[in-house]
Amino acid sequence: MYSEKVMDHFMHPRNAGEIENADGVGEVGNAQCGDIMKVYLAIEDDIIVDVKFKTFGCAAAIATSSMATELIKGKTIDEALQVTNKAVAEALDGLPAIKMHCSLLAEQAIKAAIEDYLNKKDGQ
Amino acid sequence: MSDRLIYLDHGATTPVRAEVLEAMLPYFSEKYGNASSIYSIAKESKVAIDKARDKVATSIGAKPKEIYFTSGGTEADNWAIKGVAHQNRDKGRHIITTSIEHHAVLYTCQYLEKEGFNITYLPVDEKGIVSPRQVESAIRDDTVLISVMFANNEIGTIQPIEEIGKIAKEYGVLFHTDAVQAVGNLHIDVEELGVDLLSMSAHKFYGPKGVGALYVRDGIKLGSYLHGGAQERGKRASTENVPGIVGMGTAIEIATSNIDSYNKKLLELREMTIDGVLAKIPHVRLNGDRERRLPGNVNFSFEFIEGESLLLMLDMVGICASSGSACASGSLDPSHVLLAIGLPHELAHGSLRFSFGKDNTKKDAEYLLEVLPDMVERLRQLSPLYTNK
Repeated sequence: MYSEKVMDHFMHPRNAGEIENADGVGEVGNAQCGDIMKVYLAIEDDIIVDVKFKTFGCAAAIATSSMATELIKGKTIDEALQVTNKAVAEALDGLPAIKMHCSLLAEQAIKAAIEDYLNKKDGQ
Repeated sequence: MSDRLIYLDHGATTPVRAEVLEAMLPYFSEKYGNASSIYSIAKESKVAIDKARDKVATSIGAKPKEIYFTSGGTEADNWAIKGVAHQNRDKGRHIITTSIEHHAVLYTCQYLEKEGFNITYLPVDEKGIVSPRQVESAIRDDTVLISVMFANNEIGTIQPIEEIGKIAKEYGVLFHTDAVQAVGNLHIDVEELGVDLLSMSAHKFYGPKGVGALYVRDGIKLGSYLHGGAQERGKRASTENVPGIVGMGTAIEIATSNIDSYNKKLLELREMTIDGVLAKIPHVRLNGDRERRLPGNVNFSFEFIEGESLLLMLDMVGICASSGSACASGSLDPSHVLLAIGLPHELAHGSLRFSFGKDNTKKDAEYLLEVLPDMVERLRQLSPLYTNK
């Protein structure tokens, strides 16, 4: 039911882990739904120089986390904010219809992490 | 993908036994007669159906005329519950069942609620066992049916059927049990158990898919389920699935004659797997009762991870299992059974069921125990819920 790319990113997730003292952290989802994604960003001059994630969820949730973090790595925060769940799903050669909500989680987690970064920056 | 195939999902379905297939094959080709016709090849079909009916009846201590062939367990459940409800609607409109039934029972009851029936869904304890006392205290003047499953399909818990049967008899209420997971795995005698209606499905005991049966105690009136021809004594019209019925008869005969050695083998694999998982993997919970469970059933919740991910990893190395997570089932909620035994959602999402069968060996269980701990650890390392405990 999953594309080869989804299986590849699920079995060999890119950017898995945490960043200590991350510039931005975003967590979305909840255990009740069975999906939680946490994104850590290291940002220099508004460029995402490093990104890591941790995900509790199904294969689609893990693969979309992996792909989404790949898509925003090295990008400016403005560019990262343009990454949609559709783009993440397309980069994975598609997702089964009932798993599309998993890709939304990745988009939302990135937005939450950038928001956290912007809030911290404003606070300084 | 792996070349290896270790099938640990016999609760979902079982392969058709070679002897069963062999018995079925002639009824597809040379012995194709319609059992309702009068020429000799039709008679062969009729005789074959009668023989199969005898075998099914014998295996549960029933009379042949108390057995009705159906398309499977779901149809048997639907027929039993709707049939009793509709037949007795002037007497009463209350049905007692449990919160851990298969959807074939639960959704049939929900359907009847829309028709104005009143359903009591009894809770279960943390092991998934229904209390006979609670069944008794739920009985009202207008109760027409008690439906309690024999053994749970997910957590394998075996219910106190005999005790509930006694209570049902004492109060004069009909008692149905969905025995789909139990037939072929446990000794069943409908007389001893005091069961009035019992559902079963052939593909759970090495028979073919698409055939099952409903036992209806002699004397119980049940309306026709399918209207049309005179098949199944006019109660269930439709040309008989002769190869399927023949297969079911052969399968149940073999299953019940082998039951003790089969159980012993499964029990060994089950205990080995449970002990192994508990010893090798931290933060796991065995779901269901340790003793009162189906001999081949193992169900664990692995904390901090989600079941579908684990299923896919197992599939990559050729192991077939199943999960109660929402993602694995394609719905939004995790298993109602796991929630009913009090698991929080995240533990229900992290559940995995292994169900052993006749072709499994100790090597299969050893292999599972060899690969599973690493998979669990890999997924935990990815999980934000797991904080290096």
